[in-house]
Amino acid sequence: MNESSIPHMQGPICPLPIKSYEQIVMGHGAGGKMTQDLIRQYFVPNFSNPFLLEGNDFSFVQTHQSGRIVVSTDAHIVSPLFFPGGDIGRLAVSGTVNDLAMSGGIPLGLTASFILEEGFSISTLEKIIVSMAATAQEAGVPIVAGDTKVVEKGKADGIFISTSGVAWVPDHLHIGGAFAQPGDTVLISGTLGDHGIAVLSARGELGLETEIKSDVAPLNHLVQSIVQYTRNVHVLRDPTRGGLATTLNEIAVQSQVGIILNESSIPVDPVVGSTCEMLGFDPLYVANEGKMIVFVPANEANGVLDVMRSQKFGENAAIIGRVESTPTGKVLLKTIIGGTRLLDVMSGEMLPRIC
Amino acid sequence: MRYLEEFRDAELVKNVLSKINHTVKHPWVIMEICGGQTHSIMHHGIAQLLPGEIELVHGPGCPVCVTSLELVDKALSIASRPNVIFCSFGDMLRVPGSHGDLFSVKAAGGQVRIVYSPLDAVKIAQQNPDKEVVFFAIGFETTAPANAMSVLYAQSLGLQNYSILVSHVTVPPAMHAILSSPHNRVQGFLAAGHVCSVMGYHQYHAISQIYKIPIVVTGFEPLDLLNGILMTVELLESGTPRVQNAYSRVVSEAGNIPAQALIKRVFQDCDRNWRGIGLIPQSGWELRPEYHFFDAEKRFEVEQIQTRESDICISGQILQGIKKPPQCPAFGRICTPQNPLGATMVSSEGTCAAYYRYARIDMEE
Repeated sequence: MNESSIPHMQGPICPLPIKSYEQIVMGHGAGGKMTQDLIRQYFVPNFSNPFLLEGNDFSFVQTHQSGRIVVSTDAHIVSPLFFPGGDIGRLAVSGTVNDLAMSGGIPLGLTASFILEEGFSISTLEKIIVSMAATAQEAGVPIVAGDTKVVEKGKADGIFISTSGVAWVPDHLHIGGAFAQPGDTVLISGTLGDHGIAVLSARGELGLETEIKSDVAPLNHLVQSIVQYTRNVHVLRDPTRGGLATTLNEIAVQSQVGIILNESSIPVDPVVGSTCEMLGFDPLYVANEGKMIVFVPANEANGVLDVMRSQKFGENAAIIGRVESTPTGKVLLKTIIGGTRLLDVMSGEMLPRIC
Repeated sequence: MRYLEEFRDAELVKNVLSKINHTVKHPWVIMEICGGQTHSIMHHGIAQLLPGEIELVHGPGCPVCVTSLELVDKALSIASRPNVIFCSFGDMLRVPGSHGDLFSVKAAGGQVRIVYSPLDAVKIAQQNPDKEVVFFAIGFETTAPANAMSVLYAQSLGLQNYSILVSHVTVPPAMHAILSSPHNRVQGFLAAGHVCSVMGYHQYHAISQIYKIPIVVTGFEPLDLLNGILMTVELLESGTPRVQNAYSRVVSEAGNIPAQALIKRVFQDCDRNWRGIGLIPQSGWELRPEYHFFDAEKRFEVEQIQTRESDICISGQILQGIKKPPQCPAFGRICTPQNPLGATMVSSEGTCAAYYRYARIDMEE
């Protein structure tokens, strides 16, 4: 044994363990009793379901004989952790539920792993867990497995949550970014940019007080109502980071088509619109966490629009554009005043303008 | 009135367009001075709605673009120091210096913060008495009053740790430089509305008379821009070069007099290097000697920096309206917003960036 391998003792260790902490300490992630207690006390009662109660490091998910299994994963970081309309917990559940749902499939179960920073408040953790449980309940998707690790103070920003999930897609659905076809109509499920502006104003750095709430929500029920109405859905996608513009550009490239949007029919909340105007942002590039883009053949568009508007989270749905064969891989915007311009992907970070 | 949609009304736009069509008889080259106007023209697709006789060329009014390479390099050097919190408007962070940009300084551990107002930087200085807080005071006449205010405010608070790196430029000398160039193509100006909201437009009469050129004070919304273009075309077609105001809801002849007094109290005229254009005499502002305490260039010994510009970039000719971005061999190929060769590709108000973002429809990639 050389000198460097001798563990450093940081002073005398208290012989009486503190049973109940108000903050996360390193021991909560050590895999022993404290970890078990944390799980039993906070995670199990909230996420409770038969799969989790089996106590294994894996869970079986009930599936069907036909169809395909869809897998997705998403890591969640957000500052502040709580913002108008949601929090990191609701975001973590909705994020993966929505990624799965955009296959047209039915999400069957989620897993969640938590990276906690030493010193993180346990009552805040509990609030986040309760919010995750409520969102999972709302989506009807159980959280079937989880993991917790604790890192030293300063090595993380409070809490990071990764969620993964599986969904089942029936054989008759073929939905994906590569399936847009000339002649398709493009729909959006509601107003754009709400999440990004809500989080930005919740940071309090802008000196703005807006009433905007994040749209963060699980969209799997809305998706099911559409695919039950018609099998003829070509693309579903949630325009999260990078916003509508960036997501549509991805689809235009994947499908090798041109997408033409009408600026005047794109729904934007007036408060989001004026906030963006003031800061030099464009709502078409601002993140959404509870919106989806739908591509269907033109003859299905009005029917799908009616279905979406009758559902929760689809009340402000609108037809916003169409697909053409050219310009391949690009998105064009017919502006309010009748001009036409390119709607490009966002490059790097969105930066506020000087004046 | 919510000032969000009223000046984008499609019917009113059609009306003004038909008046422009009716008025124009000859080919004219019109320059919008301000990068915000360029951005708006491209963003709303205005140029393509105009009759073929009217060619819009884009002026040097993007402060991010014309800030000299030396100053960007100085900013990078100051921001890299361990005891400094360097504050800047957002779109300055991606401007390439000779080596890297403020983003790369931040990634390497420098404390670089985006602020919306220089007064936020003063607050940061108050909260961090053990750090030097430096604000990158760039911009035209529009941002100068707030930057001047930040110095006076820091002085009144007795702050010892606040300074500004000044890179102010002014519009009229740039107009002189463009009009007196042998390569000049500009026959009419849309003057920058927000610059005029501070400075007024009395100083443009002389320029209009010397160069026999119409100058119309113009705003930023589609209807503002089209009205400015209509008034410019009317003046050109009738052969009456003079100054008019198409942005009277914001701008008066005299401008904002308290703001001008503030500028005069804190700043004085100086020669400035414009990136891509070169030295224009008496075209900028620096801190008056009595405020040298707040001058970051004086507070931080920054050695003379050897700057290097790209050999291919034609941003200088673009800033003077002599060439347009698609005429540059590098445009959209080796020069993109992700990898800009010159500053006109960096800022969202830069002409090259605006073309890249909004008009690259037919370009092969």
